[in-house]
Amino acid sequence: MAEVTMTVNGKSVTKSVKGNTLMTEFLRDELRLTGTHVGCDTSQCGACNIHVNGNLVKACTMFAGEADGAEVSTIEGQANADGSLNVIQQAFQDHHGLQCGFCTPGMVMAAASLLKQNAKPTEAEVRDYLEGNICRCTGYHNIVKAILAASGQDVSGIAAE
Amino acid sequence: MYSFDMVRPTSVADAVSALGQDEAQALGGGQTLIPTLKQRLAMPSVLVSLSGIEEMKGVCREDNGDLTIGGGTTHATVAAEAAAHYPGLAKLAGGIGDPAVRNRGTIGGSLANNDPSACYPAAALGSGATIVTNTREIAADDYFQGMFTTALEEGEIITSVRFPVPEAAGYAKFEQPASRFALTAVYVAKYADGVRVAVTGASENGVFRWTEAEQALSSNFSPDAVAGLSVPADGMISDLHGTGAYRAHLVGVMTKRAVAAAS
Repeated sequence: MAEVTMTVNGKSVTKSVKGNTLMTEFLRDELRLTGTHVGCDTSQCGACNIHVNGNLVKACTMFAGEADGAEVSTIEGQANADGSLNVIQQAFQDHHGLQCGFCTPGMVMAAASLLKQNAKPTEAEVRDYLEGNICRCTGYHNIVKAILAASGQDVSGIAAE
Repeated sequence: MYSFDMVRPTSVADAVSALGQDEAQALGGGQTLIPTLKQRLAMPSVLVSLSGIEEMKGVCREDNGDLTIGGGTTHATVAAEAAAHYPGLAKLAGGIGDPAVRNRGTIGGSLANNDPSACYPAAALGSGATIVTNTREIAADDYFQGMFTTALEEGEIITSVRFPVPEAAGYAKFEQPASRFALTAVYVAKYADGVRVAVTGASENGVFRWTEAEQALSSNFSPDAVAGLSVPADGMISDLHGTGAYRAHLVGVMTKRAVAAAS
């Protein structure tokens, strides 16, 4: 066991963790932040995407011990200060960017990361960036539309193919 | 996963010392090692994380024009910071895995693992790079020794990789869409003294140089130069994604595309 200290969604946490404790286990089991989903557990699906020091990371493929000293944000930290949905979350709701919702936390975290790097991405850039996020419901069209809408672009002309 | 301890040294010297313990294993970005541990294919007693070693991170242009990349530098950082110096290499780094994988995976980890379908071995061999470790410097031509096999000794750490910057380089990857590894991919680099061509994803012996294509491209650096050339299917990987003959064919196609894409 080793002690780790990190900031999660703005709050400092210190816990004892085993060497093989994954970030998904740390967030879900230790901190009870269950919005970070475990889909494939093989770093394919992106349902566990979080931000570590501002970078998009698959929490199932990182040890908690490696986040010592890091700034971590999860889906639970994405809403506005007053609890309302942020621009990306609202766009997912407005454009029906989800059905079952399992992949949604990872999609929102990926979208936030993309829009930070590229404020006005093209549709192709959005699709390319979502390469590591798998959704089995929507066919991606509405997810892509929601992310484009969240970037402030007009999506009225984008129809599901 | 089996249970193990993890240590996170902040210097190469401390990492080397930690790796001296019995059954110690270095952890780069973990994008291959962690899935391997989950499958219980490895049973280290202690993992020595290299992610806290600042001296092993970064991209630096040397006075002689070479580009030195710290062994702990992530693919995302190489994609961003090498772009102005060595665009062919930056493009390769920006196409590995997916954005989240690129934020964790490191060049040193990829080269130490030497997956037969990984991208970086093609860039290192195709550029005639030098693998710098805590004890020595190894030429890429001597470094890759077959599938998942390298010249690295037990406990040896790749501290940096030094790339001579070519006049032009290109990488063409035929991607296996589920794993995002190369089904077959080719890296070409044109230097003043000749062209190097490195193939990954195809051979059962891991990354290799296609010398016939190197000779043809050295006298005429155009896709047409390799039109009549082919590699034998013997020794090529055959699996459910493609036969050896299919991969052998892809070597020619990807070489042409890599030359066409070279910048």
